[in-house]
Amino acid sequence: MKRKHKRLTFVAIALLLLGAATALVLSAFEDSIVFFQSPTDLAEKKVADGKRVRLGGLVEEGSVKKTGDAITLFRVTDLKNTVTVSYKGLLPDLFREGQGVVAEGRLKAGVFNADEVLAKHDETYMPPEVADALKKSGQWQGQDKETNKKSEKLY
Amino acid sequence: MTAEIGHFALILALLMATVQATLPLIGAHKGYESWMATARPAAVTQFGLVAISFGCLTQLYLTSDFSVLNVVQNSHTAKPLIYKIAGVWANHEGSLLLWVLILSLFGSAVAVFGSNLPPKLRARVLSVQAMIAVGFYLFMLLTSNPFERIFPAPINGQDLNPLLQDPGLAIHPPMLYLGYVGFSMAFSFAIAALIEGRVDAAWARWVRPWTLAAWCFLTGGITLGSWWAYYELGWGGWWFWDPVENASFMPWLAGTALLHSSTVVEKRDTLKGWTILLAIVAFSLSLLGTFLVRSGVLTSVHAFATDPARGVFILALLIIVIGGSLALFAWRAPALVSTGVFQPLSREGALLLNNLIMATATAAVLLGTLYPLLLDAVGGGKVSVGAPFFNAVFIPLMVPMIAAMAVGPMLSWKRADLKPALMRLKVAALAAGAIMIAAWALVTDGPVMGVVGIGLAGWLFAGTCVELADRLRLFKAPLADSLSRLRRTPRAAWGMTLGHLGLAITIAGMTGAGAWRTESIQAMKPSDTVTVAGYTFTFDGASGGKGPNYSITEGTFRVFKDGQPVVTLNPEKRIYMVSKRPTTEAAIHTTFFGDLYAVVGDQDPSGAYVTRLYFNPLVAWMWAGVIIMVTGGCLSLTDRRHRIGAPAKRSVQNAAAQAAGA
Repeated sequence: MKRKHKRLTFVAIALLLLGAATALVLSAFEDSIVFFQSPTDLAEKKVADGKRVRLGGLVEEGSVKKTGDAITLFRVTDLKNTVTVSYKGLLPDLFREGQGVVAEGRLKAGVFNADEVLAKHDETYMPPEVADALKKSGQWQGQDKETNKKSEKLY
Repeated sequence: MTAEIGHFALILALLMATVQATLPLIGAHKGYESWMATARPAAVTQFGLVAISFGCLTQLYLTSDFSVLNVVQNSHTAKPLIYKIAGVWANHEGSLLLWVLILSLFGSAVAVFGSNLPPKLRARVLSVQAMIAVGFYLFMLLTSNPFERIFPAPINGQDLNPLLQDPGLAIHPPMLYLGYVGFSMAFSFAIAALIEGRVDAAWARWVRPWTLAAWCFLTGGITLGSWWAYYELGWGGWWFWDPVENASFMPWLAGTALLHSSTVVEKRDTLKGWTILLAIVAFSLSLLGTFLVRSGVLTSVHAFATDPARGVFILALLIIVIGGSLALFAWRAPALVSTGVFQPLSREGALLLNNLIMATATAAVLLGTLYPLLLDAVGGGKVSVGAPFFNAVFIPLMVPMIAAMAVGPMLSWKRADLKPALMRLKVAALAAGAIMIAAWALVTDGPVMGVVGIGLAGWLFAGTCVELADRLRLFKAPLADSLSRLRRTPRAAWGMTLGHLGLAITIAGMTGAGAWRTESIQAMKPSDTVTVAGYTFTFDGASGGKGPNYSITEGTFRVFKDGQPVVTLNPEKRIYMVSKRPTTEAAIHTTFFGDLYAVVGDQDPSGAYVTRLYFNPLVAWMWAGVIIMVTGGCLSLTDRRHRIGAPAKRSVQNAAAQAAGA
């Protein structure tokens, strides 16, 4: 093989790889990117039932109920609208009433079935999505500086 | 006073680094030997100054000096000693100080042990190192000073996040940083070579040990982090494709590619431009990783908005380092002439294929990691790119690479024949097939990818063994002959063999833990039993207790298999007294075939505890595989030719072994 041909072989392999990777990325993007929604978004936009989303807000005071079978029911609020969330499993260590929470799952008949609940920050920290949701609903009272300082500490 | 000494030493280090970044570089250009000679003492002095600064911060933590803001935010008098020390680098400012400490340590190592380097190259390398250091010193002194005082001083501190109060995580950041900063050496050598316009085998022999050491540390650091997540977070998982994990994984991918391509530069005097580019990319990703994790930008792009000085500085530094080095590369790389020619089907070709796939995978991970940030920055909405994306993209890319990985070492340099290589791998193919059938028969309801993964692991393991047997001429020559070949095999060749064997075992572990795990979540009252993967867990209730700075709820599970007691598991839930923050301590019992993993949660009104029970197959294989890989790396590091910086003497007997070495 001539030098030029050899180089061409590698360029072809590289292009092939790149093409394959692009195809993989695009198809994966389609299926696995999850959008963030606030309770108001869910109430207003009427997100299609069964579409996977991330829900963020505050855990409403006094709304957490543990039922049998390790299922926990609680309400997530942005102080404007509320969504009932049902979750089976161990809640994260930092899950508290009145604190920020992010739940991932699907809305089904008005109840948000979460298969993942994230509250992995300390109690003065608010997930940025939650802060955004509260700002949007006009209920934000915190200070940004503090929250960001804290978020560094986890890692 | 200690804080001021530390602060002052840091300023002096900045000045020393500025001298080191300019004088030797100009000296090397103009041929002033006395200017070039400043590099070595400057590098050593710089290290001394940073060491003083770091020592001061450690002292502040040890004495719990709460007039210093950094100590207030991350320490507490009730914290055990080891975590007071670990607190030094468990925060943004302190971790940067650790970063420059390691950077200057490596720089001074070149200064002290680099006597056999060409003086011009040494001067330029140390200059580039100092330039990186200047960037970091400025960043610290202008935006993230660890010695900032607070007035009035509070009586006690806010304590370190209890999740971080863990021995695994205490040494995880230093390991990662040794890896990140190790790539700065490859980067400095690459930039110096670009300035010089020359890359040769001697250059590669200098770059390789640094890359290898960085790779070993990074591999260890990533695994420690993964291990920590496995036992501390209590989710039974070990890798979440979290941006923070990706940040350390990307330099690892690029560094692994660099490790392989630098072999080609050393042995075959080709792929020079590509190797230089990989060195630049590996370090750029290390920088990106450091800042992504430490700046808080991952939790939100608005972190930049709330602390614009930091954000702008980081962006500027990244642009200067990455943009500048790529521009230099574009300008100077054509001057690098490669003499070695090779056919696509050859050892070089196989290594290049590995590099191309690794680079593609790195790009895919980078895209997935940064996409939410980019989308948010342009106001496209908030999204999360999680594990499903990475699994869908990364795994298909790795399948052909692992498949080719068993073949590559069988090919000869320059020009190879695929057929005889494949013929010799027949045994490996048989072994892989047998393992796949066994896996399919054992776990009938598992996903297809599980069988594929185990098959690939078997293929790679057996293929590597075949290559080793071939090299020793096992069963083909008298045993004594094979034994003497065994003794003469260079350590670098052992490094390759162990690295590939270790990876095969790790892949088997990942496949098992990823594809075949069994999970059971339920509320349990005392004397309830649950069966997971053939193991019966009997819950004996929970009791309270007390640790040094936390209180405990401890659950007890007795585990039986076929009526025989196996083990008693005691998972804990801890509440830290200062911060009132809870953590979960999973109880894990490791066996050859898998881990029994139990977590106890809160009590519900009826008195039952929420429990999570897992059987995670083959997890121990993952850790064992990594230990083997790192052992291989360390062994390769002690190879003769790295020690004396010259090629090993070629003799007739070990020529064959040499040819096989990687």
